[in-house]
Amino acid sequence: MQPLTMREAYGQALVALGESNPDVVVLDADVSKSSRSTLFGERFPERFFNVGIAESNMMSVAAGLAASGKIPFVNSFSFLLTLRAGEQLRTGIAYPRLNVKVAGAYCGLSDSFDGPTHQDPMDLAVMRAMPNMTVISVSDSIQAKKVVAAAAAWPGPVYFRLNRNALPEVSTEDSPFEIGKAIWHRRGADVTLIATGIMVHRALEAARLLETDGLKAGVLEVHTIKPIDTEAVMSAARETGAIVTAEEHNIYGGLGGAVAELLVEHGPVPMERVGIRDTFAESGDYEALLAKYGLTSQAVVDAARKVMRRK
Amino acid sequence: MVSRRVECSKQLAAIAAKLRVDVMEMVFRVQTGHLGGSLSAAEILTTLYYHQLNVDPNNPDWPDRDRFVLGKGHAAPALYVVLADLGFFPREELKSLRQINCMLQGHPDMRKTPGVEMSTGSLGHGLSAAIGMALAARLDGKHYHVWALLGDGELDEGQIWEAAAYASFSGLTNLTAIVDFNRVQLDGPTDCILCMDPVADKWRSFGWNVVEADGHCVDSLLKAYEEALAVTERTGKPSVILAHTVKGKGVSFMEGQAAWHGGVPNAQQYEQAMKELTQQLELRGDCGCSR
Repeated sequence: MQPLTMREAYGQALVALGESNPDVVVLDADVSKSSRSTLFGERFPERFFNVGIAESNMMSVAAGLAASGKIPFVNSFSFLLTLRAGEQLRTGIAYPRLNVKVAGAYCGLSDSFDGPTHQDPMDLAVMRAMPNMTVISVSDSIQAKKVVAAAAAWPGPVYFRLNRNALPEVSTEDSPFEIGKAIWHRRGADVTLIATGIMVHRALEAARLLETDGLKAGVLEVHTIKPIDTEAVMSAARETGAIVTAEEHNIYGGLGGAVAELLVEHGPVPMERVGIRDTFAESGDYEALLAKYGLTSQAVVDAARKVMRRK
Repeated sequence: MVSRRVECSKQLAAIAAKLRVDVMEMVFRVQTGHLGGSLSAAEILTTLYYHQLNVDPNNPDWPDRDRFVLGKGHAAPALYVVLADLGFFPREELKSLRQINCMLQGHPDMRKTPGVEMSTGSLGHGLSAAIGMALAARLDGKHYHVWALLGDGELDEGQIWEAAAYASFSGLTNLTAIVDFNRVQLDGPTDCILCMDPVADKWRSFGWNVVEADGHCVDSLLKAYEEALAVTERTGKPSVILAHTVKGKGVSFMEGQAAWHGGVPNAQQYEQAMKELTQQLELRGDCGCSR
């Protein structure tokens, strides 16, 4: 069976959350058919606010709703939420720690054909620098549903990024999900691949490729970029003495940046980053873009070989 | 409950005059803070907090209270004087405005200061946040009213007009905006920086009722509040009160001068300002009503 697109899974999870929690309200800025928040709007029209193409207003309206006891889920493309309305998010929500959940749709390069105007290789860096903000990068559709429930239960502001497309699943309904707790897919001996989002699946493929050469690569999924699971990352460094990070994001400021900061502070080991090399991408087929901009399992394999040579 | 609802307009005018003295004293003491926009908002804040708003200083989080959002957050000194006077927090706090480890931030902080409903100061957010509060009231079947005070310079922000369109489109009848229309912004007169005239027509075209008031006349403001609520009730559209004011009101050399948006007086200027403000206080004096 073809997996659900992550956004469809997200929309369904919002409806389920709305059934169980009457305080949940949902806002969208005229992209509800894309973000799939429309599913919530159809089921709970009185708790759904489509503000039109006005993200800044939407973000501050959410602040007012949260200050009055509601749990708003704010929807639009990730770049609009983190940049256009990023100041409203910073001053009006992160600063007073208001209970707003920000769902960044079409993250990374996943809005591939729309091009760099709509793609977003920098949301994690922006959100990570915002005090009080919890930052999550979702790996598959099954996890998307768990993230919705966990974000609603988590006190204070949460940003989570969602992919536009149908992706290979890397978890099951039974896999545990806890904000701030990284997931070990396999332990390694020679290198650990620390991945987030779509790159978890590619890191798992890379580990299998390395295994055919007799190399034992661990795979650690870091879905919560902040607060990052320091203990898991440092145990990976101790176990394998070499780290590769992999993310659908600029190599600056996201998962790679966060892991590098931890390693330098707590116990440096050689590290390589797989990510977008500080460039805007272009329009095109999603898989083709991922290949051109270095987000493949082969790129992870190459980085792993390189980092092991540096040990 | 209404805390200390004052009906006598002479008494409200005296409270506003005292507020100006207190604001001047607190800003001079710490040599930082925005005087111009605090002085222009004195009667607006006084009439709201001592007459109009249903708030309880002993229970600042009372769920049914009216909400007030200070969109023009730089008028924080004036808001702080009002909140302290009503008993939301001790007056002693006023002495440490903007100082490290203290409650009163340069701009309002809803987490640090009892009675502050929203962290504001970055212009353009306040009206939208007020809309969120009004929507929540509607969802919860509550009858509280939400008031937002905006600066006229703040109307330059595009977000104000996103919010204005959305509020009227949503038919919010539990929301009223007030513009402190002092015609001066940080860099100069609004006429020279970004003139938004005709302001009333802009609001009307965005689907709002417009009520004009003299923002330094207590009676005019009280009448405007009544009229705004009545016309909103009648039309199903939110109302905005354009309260015509003077920036730096009450201090001759500050009035209408952009330099006093964020400027603070030296000792000599302070002496002159206090002389004028205390004279006004004495003139308005005790109206004979008991508070």
